[in-house]
Amino acid sequence: MQNPFQLIGRAVLGLFAEVGRLAVFAAQVKGAAFTPRWYGGQILSQMVKIGFYSLPVVGMSAVFIGAALALNIYEGGSRYGAEQFVPSIVVLGITRELGVVITGLMLAGRVTAGIAAEIGAMRVTEQIDALETLSASRFRYLYAPRFIAALVTLPMLVALADVVGVMGGWLVSVYGLGFDSTVYLRNTIDFVTMNDIIAGLIKAVVFGGVIAIMGCYQGDRSQAGATGVGRAATLSMVGAAVLILAFNYVMSTLFVEIGL
Amino acid sequence: MTVSLLKLEGVEKSFGPKKVLRGVDIDVAPGQSLVIIGGSGSGKSVMLKNALGLMTPDAGRILFDGQDVTNAKGKTREAMRARIGMLFQAGALFDSLTVWENVAFRLINSEGMRRKDAKERAIETLKKVRLGADVGGLYPAEISGGMQKRVSLARSIISEPDLIFFDEPTTGLDPITADAINDLILEMVRGLGAAAVTITHDMASAKKIADEIAMLLDGKIIWRGPAKDVYASGNEYVDQFVNGRAEGPIQPAI
Repeated sequence: MQNPFQLIGRAVLGLFAEVGRLAVFAAQVKGAAFTPRWYGGQILSQMVKIGFYSLPVVGMSAVFIGAALALNIYEGGSRYGAEQFVPSIVVLGITRELGVVITGLMLAGRVTAGIAAEIGAMRVTEQIDALETLSASRFRYLYAPRFIAALVTLPMLVALADVVGVMGGWLVSVYGLGFDSTVYLRNTIDFVTMNDIIAGLIKAVVFGGVIAIMGCYQGDRSQAGATGVGRAATLSMVGAAVLILAFNYVMSTLFVEIGL
Repeated sequence: MTVSLLKLEGVEKSFGPKKVLRGVDIDVAPGQSLVIIGGSGSGKSVMLKNALGLMTPDAGRILFDGQDVTNAKGKTREAMRARIGMLFQAGALFDSLTVWENVAFRLINSEGMRRKDAKERAIETLKKVRLGADVGGLYPAEISGGMQKRVSLARSIISEPDLIFFDEPTTGLDPITADAINDLILEMVRGLGAAAVTITHDMASAKKIADEIAMLLDGKIIWRGPAKDVYASGNEYVDQFVNGRAEGPIQPAI
């Protein structure tokens, strides 16, 4: 039987090694993304795949989250006679937290796993080796376009989620809870600040990076046929989701500290 | 004295405790067709990936046209790869691109050629491997395995390389299609005057396309000689392999 200290030591070393590999990979992707040469066609194509095709899932998620949030705040607020705070708490919750986190998590499922599966399949069918032998760097041709596209489209999707989420809250409040439409919208606009929106959009850029890099990283390391590709897709999605939640907490703390 | 176009000196490669290459020494002269035979798991593909720079050897040197490229990176590596073509075992065509875009990939993405001009070159090259212009607009998933090999061959020769690697070019093909691929390989390699390194365990293919044959066993080259001598090598390992006998010094990989 193995010494438990050995097992713990091995697991900790393995974790450090994995974090190190991921950091080196992320630095290589960033280096390829911010220095020429850029493949414009690939970037545009990825913006469509990551951004445009995610519109339905992001919109649907945001409207239901906004609606549920309004209902719950109304229910909780009514215990203290504070129902009038529904519009302000809905807009604050959506812009600073829920809009961006829900968008990030939905894309971790839809985009990260898709990237990992696509690149993993390319890895196991030697397409990535073929790319390298044709003098095209996989970092420039495959990974940088996905990274750039995610960085650009995530804030757009989050902006949409913010609007649609607030609209979900408005719909439930006006048609279900008896709020006056004009008063609801006035309270929303008066309460929300530019800082709330900017905080969400900064998070969106970071989450975009996480979504693309986790998908590319796990796909690049994919091995052993269909099983390996499936494992890469699962690991990428779980890793991206955990990192999104962790970065969200760290950034929320930082924003509170600096008054953003 | 002719400088070897490609030379491997004492190349070793391990994966964890498993030693795959144990000091491979081999060289290819310009215009020469060398076929490397060997059983499954003998290290043929790993040797080829080291030669291409897709893997870095643990020990030994790789020289391309007299230049040490063992740890080459950046422009040196790109310059070397610009002179090399590669036909992968399963074709390795890019699923998301059409046939002509696959063939013209290097011209468009590495050499910066305009798409219109690159398409014309790709269609011309497809004709050389007996594929019509209509195939150019299809995706790899829409064509047969034999056609995929021909497209991959077209992709490997379009930039007129000095050296072409063929990884199991006839695996998975029926004998007639396999022979047609062998004919195309010969025609293309001779037409370009390029050197060729082919790894295979298909003896019909080896006899047809090789000037010389070498055998890789347990990570080492154990025999090399003219293709016509392979059936009279006097080496018991080579004899067993080329005659396809289960009995002998080599244990079947099952």
